[in-house]
Amino acid sequence: MISILFSVFKRDISLAYRQRAELLQPLLFFILVISLFPLGVGPEPETLRKIGPGVIWVAAILSSLLGMERLFREDFLDGSLEQTMLSGVSMSLVALVKVFTHWIVNVVPLLLLSPLFSLFLNLSDEMYWALISTLVIGTPILSLVGAIAVGLTVGLQKGGVLLALLLLPIFVPLLIFATSAVDAAYMQLPYNAHLAIIGAMLLLALALAPFAIAYALKVSQN
Amino acid sequence: MWKWLHPYAKTDATFRLCQVLLPWFSISALLTLSLGLVWGLAFAPSDYQQGDSFRIIYIHVPSAILSMSTYFAMAVAAFIGLVWQIRTAHMAMIAIAPVGAVITFIALFTGAAWGKPMWGTWWVWDARLTSELILLFLYLGVMALYNAFDDKIQAGKAAGVMAIVGVINLPIIHYSVEWWNTLHQGATISKFDKPSIAPEMLWPLLISMLGMGLFIGAVTLVKLQNEILRREINRPWVITLLTSEETK
Repeated sequence: MISILFSVFKRDISLAYRQRAELLQPLLFFILVISLFPLGVGPEPETLRKIGPGVIWVAAILSSLLGMERLFREDFLDGSLEQTMLSGVSMSLVALVKVFTHWIVNVVPLLLLSPLFSLFLNLSDEMYWALISTLVIGTPILSLVGAIAVGLTVGLQKGGVLLALLLLPIFVPLLIFATSAVDAAYMQLPYNAHLAIIGAMLLLALALAPFAIAYALKVSQN
Repeated sequence: MWKWLHPYAKTDATFRLCQVLLPWFSISALLTLSLGLVWGLAFAPSDYQQGDSFRIIYIHVPSAILSMSTYFAMAVAAFIGLVWQIRTAHMAMIAIAPVGAVITFIALFTGAAWGKPMWGTWWVWDARLTSELILLFLYLGVMALYNAFDDKIQAGKAAGVMAIVGVINLPIIHYSVEWWNTLHQGATISKFDKPSIAPEMLWPLLISMLGMGLFIGAVTLVKLQNEILRREINRPWVITLLTSEETK
């Protein structure tokens, strides 16, 4: 069982490695969105610091939506998803591994870039550490919950905008808690409680989402 | 215990049940809604502070409360459809969705119209307003997903999953928004304290709430009938029903 899951992991990693150019696009989008904001609202350091956490989180959500579509699309088109379902391996575990791989490949580079945009938006050190911890705990929720909707829309020709319509309202609580954690750090307040709530949401998503993803893929496969 | 429900998995049984229930729902909705609204809008005493403009409460509060419960009803239908594989439950779900969306919109619109004279602005990012807005987006998402599929059985399942994801999220959204608002701006204008309401105002409110609920039920029944007819257009019973309607 473990070896099967590991081979799924290895396969997805190598597939992603061979399509590096496509992986870069959401990342570039992310950087571009963030650099548009100072141009739009003005370059005053105080303003930027105030809107920074919200801007970064909104950009992270949007760019993760952008990359999310690729999660099951190719496997669905070439039929390997169907074969995985027929193979008798638990689909929810395979889905969990695929989401995890997707998170490593798509989101971790974004986390590595985070010093750059905290520089762009003039975040203080405390804010930066709060931001990076909310991103580390919060982005897996984006991938897990997002994968449900991706699973549902994978068979549709034009899933892109629909995906955003389905997912953005659901990400509202995460956005609220993540940005208020960084805001608390801005005011030199403790933000452990925010992180704890985001962690609770992550555990809830981790417990329920794999089954929902497996069912969603089954619906799409019809 | 639930055996009496089983025949309604067949669409023609459900269709006939709708036909039986519809007059009861629509007549009682008409009576209670007009009683509640006329009483509330014309005869209930005006508020000592807000004057007559508070009277929109008789539309706003029923629709706001029922918008959430309608979503819950939709999710229950989706759950039944997914677990017991009952097609009519999916049809009921998608019949409820637009009704709920409209009720949510009514709640938002009347809230904005009430906010203008009271708070001096059409819109504030008050916790309740915000969660109501997100609720509207959730409804629209379910409907959009359903309409994106050509195969309506698949569409019902997919939209059902999304409805259930939404209903798990609904309390989280509600409380996070409430918390967010208290965090960002204290008690400026956002929180309108509900005065402990006088009984002569409360009764018309309760009656119009009941009337609004019955009205939602009636509209849902009509929409469910339409959905069944549209989906089962090639079944013999639908064809005989429609031809007998024509010859009448």
